Order: sequence, then C-alpha cells, then structure tokens
Amino acid sequence: MQVHVDAEKCQGHNRCYALAPELFDVDDLGNAHELNDGKVPPELEDKARLAVANCPEYAISISE
Amino acid sequence: MSHHPPVRDFATDFDHTDPRWVADPYPIWDELRRECPVAHTDRYGGAWMPVTYEGVAAVAYDTEHFTSRNVVVSELRPGDDDLPAPIGVAPPITSDPPFHAMARRLLLPAFGPKPIAAFEPFTRELCNELLDAAAGKDVIDAAVDYAQDIPLRVIVRMLGFPQEDADIFRRFIRLILEDVDASAEERQATINEGELDTYLHARIEEHLAQPRDDLTSFLLEAELDGNKLHPDHVQGTMVLLMVAGIDTTWSAIGASLWHLAQHPDDRKRLAADPALMDTAVEEFLRAYAPVTMARLVSADFDFNGCPMKEGDWLLLPFPAANRDPEVFPDADEVHLDRVENRHSAFGLGIHRCLGSNLARMELRVALEEWIKRYPDFELADAGAVTWSAGQVRGPRTIPVRIL
Repeated sequence: MQVHVDAEKCQGHNRCYALAPELFDVDDLGNAHELNDGKVPPELEDKARLAVANCPEYAISISE
Repeated sequence: MSHHPPVRDFATDFDHTDPRWVADPYPIWDELRRECPVAHTDRYGGAWMPVTYEGVAAVAYDTEHFTSRNVVVSELRPGDDDLPAPIGVAPPITSDPPFHAMARRLLLPAFGPKPIAAFEPFTRELCNELLDAAAGKDVIDAAVDYAQDIPLRVIVRMLGFPQEDADIFRRFIRLILEDVDASAEERQATINEGELDTYLHARIEEHLAQPRDDLTSFLLEAELDGNKLHPDHVQGTMVLLMVAGIDTTWSAIGASLWHLAQHPDDRKRLAADPALMDTAVEEFLRAYAPVTMARLVSADFDFNGCPMKEGDWLLLPFPAANRDPEVFPDADEVHLDRVENRHSAFGLGIHRCLGSNLARMELRVALEEWIKRYPDFELADAGAVTWSAGQVRGPRTIPVRIL
C-alpha cells in the first residue's frame, strides 16, 4: 500500500499527522507530506485508511 | 438581545440574531436543507445562506466570486476608508488571493502542531488553576468560571502580555462579535472608543524597543516581500488573533461540557477510557462547531439559480454543513467514537482556521482536566443556560452541579 498527500489540496488541517505520525509529517507551515516515499507497512494500513477518511480536503489518496 | 423584528420565514427572511436561531439553529437548518438549500434575506442589505455541506463547501472553495474582505455580517459594510481587497482590514482572514497566501505564510510557522504543543503544559496548569479557584462551590459556571478564560489567557500568554490584562480583550471580543445587530452608528461609535488600539500600540512600542521570545516579537520580525510588517499590520493581526481565537474555542469547550453535563453515558465512557478523547474532540467539533463565516459577493453572478448581486452578504454556516445527513450518518447524534469525521468546523480551503492546532489542543486539555477533576456533573438549571448571538455559537452561562 502507498499513501500520497496532494500538496495542492492540503490546507494544513493536520488530521493525518495526528492520526498516523508514522506515515505523515508536517513542514514548518503545517502542510503535510507522506514519509518513506509513502510506503505503508501492513500493520499501519488501517491507520492509512483512517487518515484518508478524516482529511477534510480529500487530499490523501491510497494506491495498492 | 435582538434589535430586529422576529423572523417569519427563514427561507426568505433569515436572521442569525433571531431568538429562535440563537436558542437552537439546527431544526431551522434541517428544514431549509430539505426545502430551500440556499436561503435569502433582505436584512443586512441583502444576504444569502447555503445550508448543505455541498453548498457551503462550494462557496468556501470559490474565492473568485466571493471575497473575504469582510467576514462578519452586520449593518456595516466595508467603507471607503477600509483597506480594499485583496488585503482587507485584518489579513489574512479578510484577504483574497494572491495577497492572502503571503499574509498567511507569515503566521503559519507560529501555529503548526509542533510549536503549539509547547503551550500544552501552560494550558494544563491554567485549567487546574481555574478548577482550583472554583473548587468548593456547589454550582460552577462551566462557561464563565472555566471555558472562557482558557483561550483568552493562552493567547495573552502567546503574545507576551501580562495575564492581568485579559479583561481588556474580554470586553473587546464581546463588542465585535455579539453586538452585530446594533445599528451602524452605534457600532462605529463603540469601535472608535479605542481602548484596545491604545493598549496594543503601547505593547508594540515596548516590544520594538526590547524584542522578546513571544508572538508579538515574532510578528514584528516577520517579513513580507523582504520588508518588516508595518506596526499597523501587526496590530491588525493581533486583533484578528483575538477575534478568531478566543470566543470560538471558549464556545467549543463550553458546548462540549454542556453536552457532557446532559449525557451521563458519554461522561462515563470518557472517564473510563481516556483514549476515546481523540475521536470525542472531533465529534464535539463537528456537532457543536461554533463558527459561521461570511463572504461578500464580488460581482453579479448566478449561484445554483440564485441571482447574487455584487456586495450581497453570504453567510457560511459550517455548523450546518457538519449536520448534513448526506455526509454524516446520524448527523444530529453525538457519537464519541465516530472514526470517519471529515467535519468542516475549521472551514475548508485556503482560509482553514489558522489556529486549528491551538484550538484542538485547548479543547482536548480543557476536557481532559475537567473530566479528571469532575467525572460526574449535571446541569444545575437547564433554563439558565444562555447562548451567544452572532456568528460564533456557544453557551455563555452553564451552571453545573458537581455530583
């Protein structure tokens, strides 16, 4: 599984970073990006889905 | 108290200061959502209001047809002396692209989740200080004795001002946000009194003479296009932080405690399972979102069949969007364990609340410390609970009895 944050859509709500800090980090402006090139280890797949389902801007996508 | 005649039909004559709206706006939005998803009123010189998630989001994302030049609906539109778009009177909340992004970028580094986490210990200490001060009373006013002081004193601390000056800001907030249905003349007269301007000017001079490690000096050091901000811009930003940061979070904390006072099962679950707080905070924000924003129509155009005219107000009720059953199952029910929650309590698009990380931290800490101290409490007098009028909705008096 891969996650990706669309930088154009992200407005810095920081829901993904709060829910899955293993998968996402934020820059100095509070905008999010995926860690480890977006690779999601199997044990974190639920957290990745949770991040997607809680992004108010629909900025996170998953590919499998 | 409303200065306006009562509303007969919210679809064609809505007024967000009407006593029915102030007491309970949710049934009004539910009815409009079914029958007339974009309401209109001739009041305030003409205003529109979408009530579905889709309609609210469409306006929030459309910065071309809607300007943020003024975001508080009142009888007083921006005058010729006010800074025009794209800057507006209080950047960046009153700014439009492209200026908006520059003004916002200046502030963002101070409000990210990491710098905000540094204020958590102070916030926790403050909550306990307030709980200590109220200890022993039979009845505690959860709004006045607790919720109100938390965001107020955290902002005062962030700006580097003495804690004892918090009253000046309390008076100012009330004036700006709650007397919106006063006449233009009354409003202008009070705003010109200038207590806050004089106070802020003095603090800015002090910080210019002697920079410190606080938000005031951070703002005075910040650069826009290679130039330091003009002190007037810094002062406008401070006013914005107070208007946007105090009444709002106070409302969210108060509404959450008001809910818990009436729901013993939710109290028990939170006390027994502190990890539930993460989803609970988001659910309180969804269900009791305090902030309704506003826009002005930039030029005549047709929006979903509504003939909008340049200068019409657009009321943007994020709290109504958050109760849209098309997006949120059981939208009118509070589920503390709602795991999918794309609520819009902090807005959508480029004007996402700058202080959302601060607000979330304050709300979480305030609820954690209250529940730790008082896991069981109830409304002492449900009829005595009062709600603010205007675009920030929250309980202003919540007498609770500790059980």
